[in-house]
Amino acid sequence: MNWFSLSAEEWTAVHLSVRIASVATIASLPFGIAVGVLLARGRFWGKSLLNGLVHLPLILPPVVTGFLLLILFGRRGPLGAFLAENLGIVLSFRWTGAALACAVMGFPLLVRSIRLSVEAVDRGLEDAASTLGASPGWVFMTVTLPLISPGIIAGMILSFAKAMGEFGATITFVSNIPGETQTLSAAIYTFTQVPGGDAGAFKLTIISVIISMAALMASEFMTYLFARKVTSP
Amino acid sequence: MKLVFEARRKLGAFQLDAAFTSEGGVTALFGPSGSGKTSIIRMLTGLAHPDEGRVIFDGDVIVDTTRGISIPKHKRRFGVVFQDNRLFPHLSVRQNLNYGRWFVSKPKNDDSFASIVDLLGLDFLLDRRPINLSGGEKQRVAIGRALLSSPRLLLMDEPLAALDETRKLEILPYLEALRDQMNIPIIYVSHSVTEVARLADKVVVLDNGSVTMAGPVADVLNQPSVSSMQNRKDRGTLIEGKVIQYDIKHRLMTIEFNSHHFFVPGPEISIGKTVRMYILAKDVMLSTVYPEGVSALNILRGEVAIILSNSDGTVDVHIECEGTALVSRITSLSSDRLKLTDGMTVYAIIKTVALESRGP
Repeated sequence: MNWFSLSAEEWTAVHLSVRIASVATIASLPFGIAVGVLLARGRFWGKSLLNGLVHLPLILPPVVTGFLLLILFGRRGPLGAFLAENLGIVLSFRWTGAALACAVMGFPLLVRSIRLSVEAVDRGLEDAASTLGASPGWVFMTVTLPLISPGIIAGMILSFAKAMGEFGATITFVSNIPGETQTLSAAIYTFTQVPGGDAGAFKLTIISVIISMAALMASEFMTYLFARKVTSP
Repeated sequence: MKLVFEARRKLGAFQLDAAFTSEGGVTALFGPSGSGKTSIIRMLTGLAHPDEGRVIFDGDVIVDTTRGISIPKHKRRFGVVFQDNRLFPHLSVRQNLNYGRWFVSKPKNDDSFASIVDLLGLDFLLDRRPINLSGGEKQRVAIGRALLSSPRLLLMDEPLAALDETRKLEILPYLEALRDQMNIPIIYVSHSVTEVARLADKVVVLDNGSVTMAGPVADVLNQPSVSSMQNRKDRGTLIEGKVIQYDIKHRLMTIEFNSHHFFVPGPEISIGKTVRMYILAKDVMLSTVYPEGVSALNILRGEVAIILSNSDGTVDVHIECEGTALVSRITSLSSDRLKLTDGMTVYAIIKTVALESRGP
């Protein structure tokens, strides 16, 4: 076997993993910011309930989360049926479903990171911006958002990393269909289940190490860029 | 321009119940920490809301609790300079200065940026980040930023309190230039009598949440009850006089006030100009007989009005010199030796006069 070339299926798994993780991270970002700000600033009934709900996937066994997603978003599930009939979106056994599973699993990490950075923002700066004529929306866009951007970047990296490694919820919700829902993790798992698959599993393992390292270094670099922006002359 | 402020607000055990008006110029809110000065600024800006009260600016109702009116803070167009500069760390000095201009619907003449940068000496700082500025520079940028948002009123909440003495002296001239060159009413919060004496036209004295006195700066600051609230070491008397003569050879000007003539050294100031002098109580000596052969130029004859003792073995002797009130700080031993009593005739020997130059 050739160590330096990947089969079509292997490539598909790599490609799919990156696509699912990216879509999951980017699509959950607006919700992550909204919930992070809400939890950091909001004072409303049911705040601890929302907090618990957001963090639930972190504590629940991933299989349970996947099963709950299957019940809710499956073709006959209440939300799944609604989405399929009204918007034509089918999630079960599709790569979009895998992205949803990854987004749900990464969501607590994304929200936590954003929430902490919102809590660290000096409210005095926002007050100053409003006395200078900025409406609440503009204050958020021009002061709060730039100041929490390191937290957003960190949260996105964590969410992306979680999505790359996600296995349990994904395989329960959308199964392990090559070319549609078979991510890197699922492909490695499949290799280990067949005789003589160790070499293929090892190759994909190396690829996943490379992707993870690249993501980590990218996050370090972005943090550095941001820090330089604030401290440089 | 006329600002009317009336508010009642309960904050735990602290009760604020204050009312004052301002007719332009610099109005100082003066009082010790915890007297409610900052609460008033927060209510004017809209960062806090009174339980009951109203704020009216030039007939424009900003707050009226009885009618349920409270204009949102970003629509009040009251520029604020906070004690902690609050510059945006992610923006450069230039972007900080321009921040408020994005939100002005009709930007004023475009040269206002250049003139304010010039007025506050910010030319060399424009491309820096706030983190690389000194405390005094940051505060100057914060003042410029507030001014460039085209405010109708400028609120300054102890803008110098977080700075050390040297930095304060560095900023004060800029504040004076601002007062004299920009045609904008200012509410200036301070607990420092020297700042108030130097900058304000009108003083509103606050104590424990209510206004205890209000009026022109010289009238208010020279009241014994107000001077007892001042920071002990800078207790003194504020005198506003007119320059009537300048002796070029001795670089000495003669300032007239209440038929008294004060001799003050310093650079030439044109005749007829009004100047402010601040005479510290510790710079005034007393003598029961007319002193002969002393170097001091300013000697005033007066009568002891009241003697107030301090806790540290000194007394503050308030003297009435033909309409001019002076305070002298001497030791209680000297007071006993001189047998000072109310109504006694004394000579006040003024060692130094701090001159606060004043615009036209």
